[in-house]
Amino acid sequence: MAKANEIKYLTAIKAEKRPKKYCRFKKMGIHYIDYKDADFLKKFLNEQGKLLPRRLSGNSLKFQRKVGAAVKKARQMAILPYVTDLLK
Amino acid sequence: MNNYELMVIFTPVLSEEEYKAAQNKFAALVTENGGELLHSKPWGLKSLAYPIAKKTTGLYWVMEYTAPSSFNEKLKIQLLRDESVMRHMYTVLDKYAVEYNTKKRGGVHSSTQKAEA
Repeated sequence: MAKANEIKYLTAIKAEKRPKKYCRFKKMGIHYIDYKDADFLKKFLNEQGKLLPRRLSGNSLKFQRKVGAAVKKARQMAILPYVTDLLK
Repeated sequence: MNNYELMVIFTPVLSEEEYKAAQNKFAALVTENGGELLHSKPWGLKSLAYPIAKKTTGLYWVMEYTAPSSFNEKLKIQLLRDESVMRHMYTVLDKYAVEYNTKKRGGVHSSTQKAEA
């Protein structure tokens, strides 16, 4: 039996450590997401104006829903576009 | 009594006086129906993210008020009848939203709030 430190790999194994994602609303204690603040909401949109998934934004489910609701309100009031290119 | 926020987009063809008169008309409606006007803020002419009624700009107006829950239906009828209103939306404000709005009004600059967010 080979010991763990004697095992040699042909290609180096990736030991990249990503920083853990976190929900910025929980961390900062933000309870209300303002639909009028377009610059802030743009952080959660891609270039076509689509909502980013939680996988990328790191939001908790509770706040992802609130972000979604705020973005939809902003779209209704023409603060954010429904569809676009090159939003940022 | 609940806290609400109303946002209206008026057509950009209104003159300055008509814009003010339209705001006063809806603000008066709140107080007439036993509500209280907390805050009223005209944003002025702002470009729209997409055209509404073939117009690319609109006159925005945001109002915060408390009113009995039956009031919004009456307000809605008036808003829909008014031809200068292109679009309107009301939001029910919870305690966090009221806190946020009063903080934002109380001289705290919006850029600092963005930074902490």
